[in-house]
Amino acid sequence: MRIGTAKTSYLADEALFDTAVQRRWMVALLAALVLFPLFAGPYWLYLGCLVAINVASATGLNILTGFTGLVSLGQAAFMGVGAYTVAWLEINLGTPFLLNLIIGGCSASLIGMVVGAPSLRVKGLYLAIATIAASVILHFLFANWTAVTGGASGLTMPPATFFGTPLDQPGKLYWVIMPITVLMVLGAANLFRTRVGRAFIAVRDRDISAEVLGIPLLRTKLTSFALSSFYAGVAGGMWAYFFRVITPESFPLVMSIFFLAAIIVGGMGTILGGILGATFMTMVPEALKLIVGGLSPWLPDAVALLSPVRTIVFGALIVGFLIFEPRGLAEAWRRLRRFFHLWPFKT
Amino acid sequence: MAIDVDPSRLLPELPLPSGPPALAVDGLMLFFGGLRVLNGVSFEAREGSVTSIIGPNGAGKTSLFNTVSGFYKPAAGAIRFRGASIDALRAPARAQLGLARTFQNISLFHGMTVLDNIKLGRHAHMKSGVLDALWYRGRARREEMELRREIEEKIIDFLEIDHIRKAPVSALSYGLRKRVELARALAMRPKVLLLDEPVAGMNREETEDMARFILDVKEEWGVTVLMVEHDMGMVMDISDHVVVLNFGQVIASGKPREVAANPEVIAAYLGSGNVEDLRARVRQGAQAKRGAV
Ligand SMILES: Nc1ncnc2c1ncn2[C@@H]1O[C@H](COP(=O)(O)OP(=O)(O)OP(=O)(O)O)[C@@H](O)[C@H]1O
Ligand SMILES: [Mg+2]
Repeated sequence: MRIGTAKTSYLADEALFDTAVQRRWMVALLAALVLFPLFAGPYWLYLGCLVAINVASATGLNILTGFTGLVSLGQAAFMGVGAYTVAWLEINLGTPFLLNLIIGGCSASLIGMVVGAPSLRVKGLYLAIATIAASVILHFLFANWTAVTGGASGLTMPPATFFGTPLDQPGKLYWVIMPITVLMVLGAANLFRTRVGRAFIAVRDRDISAEVLGIPLLRTKLTSFALSSFYAGVAGGMWAYFFRVITPESFPLVMSIFFLAAIIVGGMGTILGGILGATFMTMVPEALKLIVGGLSPWLPDAVALLSPVRTIVFGALIVGFLIFEPRGLAEAWRRLRRFFHLWPFKT
Repeated sequence: MAIDVDPSRLLPELPLPSGPPALAVDGLMLFFGGLRVLNGVSFEAREGSVTSIIGPNGAGKTSLFNTVSGFYKPAAGAIRFRGASIDALRAPARAQLGLARTFQNISLFHGMTVLDNIKLGRHAHMKSGVLDALWYRGRARREEMELRREIEEKIIDFLEIDHIRKAPVSALSYGLRKRVELARALAMRPKVLLLDEPVAGMNREETEDMARFILDVKEEWGVTVLMVEHDMGMVMDISDHVVVLNFGQVIASGKPREVAANPEVIAAYLGSGNVEDLRARVRQGAQAKRGAV
């Protein structure tokens, strides 16, 4: 049966991880994620959850900005929509947390499509400004729609519960947040093996010839906005369950800039870039904090003296990356992989 | 005096079409500011034929293609695709009907592989939505595998591009890029294929290959081909019908040898000057080309 063989080989050829080495490394990575809570203390678990939430949101922004070429500074506000929706549902209806997260994602997605509507005509920096304007409007709503959002004092919500057990510690929430993030990242990776993802890239690279290939621009851009803000909404919902206090200040504009920086540092338009960028941006400030803390036995004033330096070093690291690795950490990673010739991810 | 065309090389006369023409353009007018780029262009492309559009630089050939494929909105005129008006349809909808094209200055996606570029052509005929795509197993995978097999068996083999399927487009030579662009257009399941200068800038051998592919597409796939081309040898060899455009107007049309015999066409096409002299140059060029094809 030649056709049968051919079909299986195309299947194998288009697999997400197409070599045995890659698959082995993926299993190792998953095992590490599963074993992590057994060895990590509460502080590291806290960081693990935070990284996972940020990876989920950065991956969403990467779909929109990295793959579809639409610059957005609304990601934090969309996370806010998800977070407020989830908190409201949890407080007022007490519906199951998974359902809440999905509804949170969907409501962010709807708002995202409204914000993305001008993207057919408005491009580049102008679109970025339009998303900033949308963020400002959303923040105004967060602060003033008191009946729903609790106004300036925000919402305080009960923890998620799993068959009666409250998930009130990072160690418990990790088992919700990490698997969801893994699924979301895998979903995003799948996307770019199909027509939907190809259409995004086509719109990014040459939107005019994309139309002649039968790819409707507006619909494709709106789909990308919807998906990206769905990711933001779910990430925001997880954020809500993680911190359990949501105020209008929880999702400031700098947070949107943080995500944009994350995908630039990580590598726009690669799935790995979103993961690496968000991890880098979350971990480096913590690492610097640890280093400064470690110096205090020798330098009693270290914390007071070096705290401002920390911010500067962080900024300098980002600038350094932009100069020396403009295509992001994912590219550096790839080069390293080529160097050692034994790395898990596809080129 | 005609340009010498070996009659045995001419394709047999097609039977008169019974149905409507594959593409019928009627009285197209197009302006850029005050510039009249298309001035009442009318012609028909018969189902299953190769129709060539020739004319000097700036005659409006590419603009005509852009209008037919839906980029430009004409000020007046009508376009009928297999009997039905497509004036109200936007570019993606026209593509979905089976109107495919290539571009004069190649418009492939440079960051993608050859295979992904070709797959893009099928977009409008696939159904997986976002949820299918995120999950991948099931419908999305089935569709992608079907597409892959069809591209491998029908297109990649046919155009002899097996060796580059995984290469990024940016690494390819000009001639290969033109071929990949044709592959992408074929993946669109075209009924009418618009080729804007398919052999411009190609060497003799690449031109021969391309001419062969175009004839095969017409004969084996039953696709109607509409081609803009400056290479007169190739136009004379593979066209069933030639339309001559000058300053946005059709100045002649007919069988290749009739058009080639028309002194007005030769003068317009090559600029003014000594007609006899120009005719000799055209003849020479055409013969050189024919030796190759
Ligand atoms: N987008 C545009 N805006 C303004 N003028 C244009 C535009 N596109 C084409 N033109 C003008 O329209 C005329 C026809 O151009 P077109 O590209 O259709 O010619 P062509 O026959 O394809 O020429 P060539 O053989 O050089 O490709 C030219 O005078 C050109 O300058
Ligand atoms: Mg042209």
